[in-house]
Amino acid sequence: MPMASPGTITALTAKFPLVIKSEFRGETRVVLPVEQLLEIMGFLKGELGFDYLVDITCVDYLNYRDARDRFGLVYLLSNISANERLTARVYLNEPNLTVPSVVPLWEGANWLEREVYDMFGIVFDGHPDLRRILCPEEFTAYPLRKDYPMQGRGERHNFMRLGRDET
Amino acid sequence: MALELPENVVISKLDALASWCRKNSLWPMPFATACCGIELMATGASKHDLARFGAEVFRFSPRQCDLMIVAGRVVMKMLPVLQRIWSQMHEPKWCISMGACASTGGVFDTYSVVQGIDRFLPVDMYVPGCPPRPEQLIQSIIDLQDKIQREGTISGREFTTAARQQPKRALVEVAAASQLDSARNPVF
Ligand code: SF4
Repeated sequence: MPMASPGTITALTAKFPLVIKSEFRGETRVVLPVEQLLEIMGFLKGELGFDYLVDITCVDYLNYRDARDRFGLVYLLSNISANERLTARVYLNEPNLTVPSVVPLWEGANWLEREVYDMFGIVFDGHPDLRRILCPEEFTAYPLRKDYPMQGRGERHNFMRLGRDET
Repeated sequence: MALELPENVVISKLDALASWCRKNSLWPMPFATACCGIELMATGASKHDLARFGAEVFRFSPRQCDLMIVAGRVVMKMLPVLQRIWSQMHEPKWCISMGACASTGGVFDTYSVVQGIDRFLPVDMYVPGCPPRPEQLIQSIIDLQDKIQREGTISGREFTTAARQQPKRALVEVAAASQLDSARNPVF
């Protein structure tokens, strides 16, 4: 997979010194401070040409060895014309699970953010339509969190029973 | 001699006739949500030929069906749909739960998958397997035919609901209209 060029990373870290970069198997990843998220994303899109948001997902690091933060929100960006990829992360901790929405930058973020909200309960500030996308509306929990029991909290028993006589 | 037969003999014979008609013209409603649905299609297709048992016409409209075959896992979000389709089917109706997932949740013991549709719906036949072979489904339909012939509608359960006990709407309207008439044109 093509990685971000050193020039891109240098331009990013020069403008935003709070960005932490790391490398793993030839991939450059950056960790963004949540306060500057929208600003940096705007810079990545506008100045560095990351015109395509591939995915937004989230990792729950509860009980993960050496983890310091609870949630890692992952943005996968792509620059189609220069064939570059960049993985950007934002770390979040309870109780402050709000990040600015990137829908103003990439329209495609709409459903991706709804999915992360549905599964992890991360709130995207400024999202035009932040509703659950996969689970039923009445669902109250966030099932991909690590402290959510495998077999559910009884959500699946909350339906009415139809017997032979009801119908 | 014939006049001395108790009345219910005739009724039970008619019932047997009705059951015989019903069991040989089942109209399945395919509720196929996952891989079991492929076997369900194979059952209806030429090789296994469900038509030999009088049940080949799959209808996708619950109003036209009397046998719901639930083939595949049902997730929580799908369950209200399933219940609604079941409620829309006319009595008398039967339900086959096909495969491990529909019957017990199978290996999908997670928060979102219903652990057996019989927790929420009445089920007549369970077909084990993952997926069951078409022969198994055919066997279950044959067994269901037996059951229909044996039990039929002897209890007449489709006629015993409260709604069925009410006079038909047309009759109510006629009665109301005639009352109105007699009020308007009093008979002296
Ligand atoms: S029982 Fe097996 S074949 Fe049938 S729906 Fe479940 S996983 Fe698929």
